[in-house]
Amino acid sequence: MRKPIEIRLMQGNEACAQGAVDAGVRFFAGYPITPSTEIAEWMAREMPAIGGKFIQMEDEIASIAAIIGGSLAGVKSMTATSGPGFSLMQENIGYACMTEVPCLIVNVQRGGPSTGRPTAPSQGDVMQARWGTHGDHPSIALSPWSVQETYTLTVKAVNLSEKYRTPVILLLDEVIAHLREGVKLPDPRKLKLVERPRPRGGREEYRPFGGTMKEVPPIADFGMGFNCNFTGLVHDEVGHPSNSPAVTDRLIRRLVGKVEYDRDQIIHWEEIEMKDAEMAIFAYGCSARSSVSALKAARELGMKVGLIRPTTLWPFPEKAVEAAAARGIPLLVPELNLGQLVLEVSRVAAGRTRVRPLSRVDGELFTPMEILSALKEGF
Amino acid sequence: MPFNVTSYFRQEMLPHIWCPGCGNGIVLRDFAVALEKLNYSRQEVVIVSGIGCSSRAAGYLDFDTVHTTHGRALPFATGIKFANPGLKVFVIMGDGDASSIGGNHLIHACRRNIDLTAIIFNNHIYGMTGGQFSPMTPRDKKATTAPYGMIEQSFDLCRLAEAAGATYVGRATTYHNQLLTRLIVEGANNRGFSLIEAVTHCPTSYGRRNKMATPTDMVRWQKESAVLIDRIKEGRASLQEGQFPVGLLHQHDAPEFTAEYLEVVKRAREK
Amino acid sequence: MTPLQTEHNPKASLDVNIKWCKGCNLCVTVCPKGVLSLDDLGKVSVDKPEECIGCGLCEETCPDYAIRVVKDA
Repeated sequence: MRKPIEIRLMQGNEACAQGAVDAGVRFFAGYPITPSTEIAEWMAREMPAIGGKFIQMEDEIASIAAIIGGSLAGVKSMTATSGPGFSLMQENIGYACMTEVPCLIVNVQRGGPSTGRPTAPSQGDVMQARWGTHGDHPSIALSPWSVQETYTLTVKAVNLSEKYRTPVILLLDEVIAHLREGVKLPDPRKLKLVERPRPRGGREEYRPFGGTMKEVPPIADFGMGFNCNFTGLVHDEVGHPSNSPAVTDRLIRRLVGKVEYDRDQIIHWEEIEMKDAEMAIFAYGCSARSSVSALKAARELGMKVGLIRPTTLWPFPEKAVEAAAARGIPLLVPELNLGQLVLEVSRVAAGRTRVRPLSRVDGELFTPMEILSALKEGF
Repeated sequence: MPFNVTSYFRQEMLPHIWCPGCGNGIVLRDFAVALEKLNYSRQEVVIVSGIGCSSRAAGYLDFDTVHTTHGRALPFATGIKFANPGLKVFVIMGDGDASSIGGNHLIHACRRNIDLTAIIFNNHIYGMTGGQFSPMTPRDKKATTAPYGMIEQSFDLCRLAEAAGATYVGRATTYHNQLLTRLIVEGANNRGFSLIEAVTHCPTSYGRRNKMATPTDMVRWQKESAVLIDRIKEGRASLQEGQFPVGLLHQHDAPEFTAEYLEVVKRAREK
Repeated sequence: MTPLQTEHNPKASLDVNIKWCKGCNLCVTVCPKGVLSLDDLGKVSVDKPEECIGCGLCEETCPDYAIRVVKDA
């Protein structure tokens, strides 16, 4: 058990588990997979004593199904996995989007495709987090760059999933998950926690899939007597399956819209030395750590380099790129993949400024020197 | 006023989508009668289903219902039951749903002996997609993906469930209404994982290809193929080629998962 | 939905909800007394209400909940 306020040396995976519990998660289902397993082990150890539930399921498909079930019963729920398991979960992530069931999916990314390099870092699942499940759907994905931020973003992820009634993905890098750093844990009683909207009226006026295009409709816990139907089929406001083109159009647009309309509330990024920047690095997760060192080295050389560091990858922080593009600041985008988020950066830059990808897929981290070299080479 | 089965239904959803003569409506009736006998309150029952013809059943019943993804009803149900063990959770699956795509979940739900009551609507075919063979299509029977006859052996799901650790296993048919209702009631009262195979019929996608063109032919086939297990045990009947036993096939006591978890909680708190 | 009193068992009557009937013919074949048939539109028709013994087989067999055997107390 933890003290109200504590500074502790923690691993990223531990900070994630602690953050989830502090955010009110009381249901964990998962399946062992490197490099996320410590989250499941932490949950197995800690959940029973705090009145929570831990279950090791038979595979990742079962794990996400179980947490959607747990959430339908009214309990904040999560799972943790890595690339291969994340792929297996995709169908049911879409189910959670469609039925608007809050849940947290942690994906500690590792080298892929397939079994790849289980213990090597990678940022190869950025696009999978956005487009992994089929059909148009909303997506919220966050990516921390430190153990401390893993804690705070896990709390935020749980809050966002409750607020918008949608699955939220936390994209951790293997090195952050296994890194040990000092973390200042806040008093959990003072954390701002969000609860999903629950129905205020009676059964007659309950519309679990209703409301305007910008509203998040209420959801009742199973057992509250609202007797609602949840289905992955296109459904009307009360949950009955429907083949109506109008109902279909409205539902799909509302599912995506409830997140898109509120993107400014969801998106967060940090800017470092951007005021006088003449060139900038756009980086997230562990690549942003290497970038900060590169930035400092560049500044010492008199190069006016800035850093844009999004913690929200989806919805994509368009305004962050927009501001740089409007100033004509060229952007270097280092990623541990062959160019994923850089596609979005280029889309928003729309030719107004140069965008250069920097890739590494050998299972090693960027060194500050190679980012500095890229900056020196120019765009 | 006698019990009206449709009082448990979302009336606005009827008539249901199933074909004329489909046995699923009969199984669903027997389930509703079982719910009436069990006398649960409306808010403590949750019905979870997978994907396929039979899984549309959940949407017709006026309880908390979840129509999940193909093969995954059991892990969804596991999550619901584990998060709130006070709920009475029933799981409706088809034969393809439960034994093929969801086969792994099935054996693990049995092994875990979690307190769920699973009703498998076995119509021996993938009906919703138009009549492809399932792991429970009998040998030599025809399907759109077995146009020359099924060459694989079929699952005996009840024996599979028993071997995997289910603590209550029974089978009935749409011809044996009262038996089916009784098995569901007893299965629900069993503290652990219960599996009831309801042999149903698909005249449209199975019967017509296999010389049982009408619903009546198919019910007659059930009547002639099903042998009461009690009669077999008493030596008054034996199984002939193509026949199968019906009745309570297996029962044993074993620790139930959600109850066992309370032990874990105790140990964790003593630590 | 007119309750039909039967001669043999005046306490049983058949409620038929014709809108739900899909004409599968199961009730016609299970009825031991030949009470039911399908009409020209292929829907169930109560031909011989006086023969009904109130056994309930048609109700239990109907996949569409279109028939109720009402045995008044």
